[in-house]
Amino acid sequence: MKRRMGLVAIAALLAGSAFADPVEGVDLVINGDETLVIRAPAPPAVSDIFDEVYSGWLYRDEATRAMEEDDFDNPGMVFVDQALDTWAAEDGSEGKSCASCHQGIESMAGVRAGMPKMNAAGDDLWSLENFINNCRTNRMGAEAWGWNSPEMLNMTAAISLQSRGLPVAVETDGPAHDWWEKGKEIYYTRYGQLELSCANCHEQNNGRYIRSDHLSQGQLSGFPVYRLKNAGLVSIHNRFKGCIRDTRAETYKEGSPEFRALELYVASRGAGLDVEGVGVRH
Amino acid sequence: MMQRIWPAAAVLISFGCAAAAGPAPDDVAWDGSAVDASLTGTPGDPENGAAVMSSRADGNCVACHVVSSLSADFQGNVGPSLDGVGDRWSEAELRGIVIDAKHTFDGTVMPSFYKTGPYIRPGDAFTGKAADGPLPPLLNASQVEDVVAYLVTLKE
Ligand code: HEC
Ligand code: HEC
Ligand code: HEC
Repeated sequence: MKRRMGLVAIAALLAGSAFADPVEGVDLVINGDETLVIRAPAPPAVSDIFDEVYSGWLYRDEATRAMEEDDFDNPGMVFVDQALDTWAAEDGSEGKSCASCHQGIESMAGVRAGMPKMNAAGDDLWSLENFINNCRTNRMGAEAWGWNSPEMLNMTAAISLQSRGLPVAVETDGPAHDWWEKGKEIYYTRYGQLELSCANCHEQNNGRYIRSDHLSQGQLSGFPVYRLKNAGLVSIHNRFKGCIRDTRAETYKEGSPEFRALELYVASRGAGLDVEGVGVRH
Repeated sequence: MMQRIWPAAAVLISFGCAAAAGPAPDDVAWDGSAVDASLTGTPGDPENGAAVMSSRADGNCVACHVVSSLSADFQGNVGPSLDGVGDRWSEAELRGIVIDAKHTFDGTVMPSFYKTGPYIRPGDAFTGKAADGPLPPLLNASQVEDVVAYLVTLKE
């Protein structure tokens, strides 16, 4: 038995070392002048697991990486432009636009980096989408946007861009702490008929290939991302849904308390990585 | 991702065959982490085993393992290469690994292929919706035997 395990370990090591790592010796420099932090010392949530945390950008192929390096080549940027029009457009019974109260969208600098967080009442953990819909329904007299609607995806992309180059920094203490604990529990739960947890893929096996997919640490710093496969923007919760579905499990819904808790926990695992604005993934 | 492509039809087929052959997953006779008796009582078909291992719709073993003798593209490396696995393990041990590898490797990420639960939030294949009643095992008894029959041929 011992001898066999030795062979297994060696085989695993060999297989691992051939492809195990995120690409080395490259930096994410946007438009030739803005260098983003895509490798960071492991934050407290994962300091006993990893030495460093890495953006998903480092696990993508060269062509995909190149698209994110230039805003003219980044297919997500056209959606940011659409959101800027929406930002300035009046909507709802109060005759207001986002700009009526928030002025320029630059006022949203830092907002994405701190999401999700407790709401003003302190009784719920909200994702960026919840804050936006709160303004729409309670301040503008407008209808809530669907979590995966183009309006919502575009607006979260435009707001995220205002945090480009700022490190992810979420509050995990105080009233958010129970949410964080809940998110951690979900992260390590082996869901579905394939009985796989987030950690099985993104913690134990990042750097390896599962069929043709190069597994990353599953970080949120690029979100919402433009996914080539979907030819469109993908929200954080939509990505979670896809990953859980692929374990042959019943997923949770976008915006559910479970996914908001998971978002907080996963964000804390990438604290210190810069928000990318609109990441590009395959 | 890969698994989404496993069609619902494959699940239906395995359900049908599982009823016809061998012990139900809960009645498998374990000897430690090995299973001595064939689940079907007849020798497996290695050629079909190779197909089951390559197919995204069935075992999809190549999602996690390199098997040099299979022509499937994009073989993954979450698990070790299966080359030479017939030298490292006996047939009974290989049967145990395919039926439920958690008996051999505590906590392994390798799925349990001949098991019916309990699962946490089991889904209806890759739809993301709740499973509609008890789930058939990922592979039926004859598919398990076919895979085992192929694995024993993997000698260096
Ligand atoms: C009637 C004024 C008003 C309008 C119109 C409005 N907001 Fe707000 N918004 C606020 C106030 C007040 C807050 C809470 C205080 C703050 O954080 O600025 C807020 C908070 C937010 C936040 C959370 C910011 C943070 O740091 O926590 C986001 C995001 C946001 N608004 C987005 C939008 C968007 C997008 C629109 C247009 C669809 C919009 N708002 C329309 C007044 C408004
Ligand atoms: C079967 C393996 C598997 C499991 C289990 C899994 N994922 Fe993933 N996930 C992937 C693959 C493959 C990708 C695409 C490549 C990559 O970035 O890792 C991905 C991508 C992601 C991304 C996007 C990363 C980026 O930079 O674009 C996030 C975030 C993520 N997963 C989170 C999760 C969470 C949270 C869970 C648990 C609910 C989970 N995943 C479970 C395989 C998995
Ligand atoms: C999700 C990934 C995954 C899938 C899918 C998978 N395996 Fe595995 N398998 C592993 C891992 C990881 C190990 C290593 C055991 C451990 O330490 O966890 C392993 C180990 C093995 C071993 C022992 C290998 C040795 O060299 O000793 C065999 C045999 C095996 N798997 C066969 C299969 C077969 C056959 C299938 C398809 C029916 C399959 N595996 C599907 C992940 C997987």
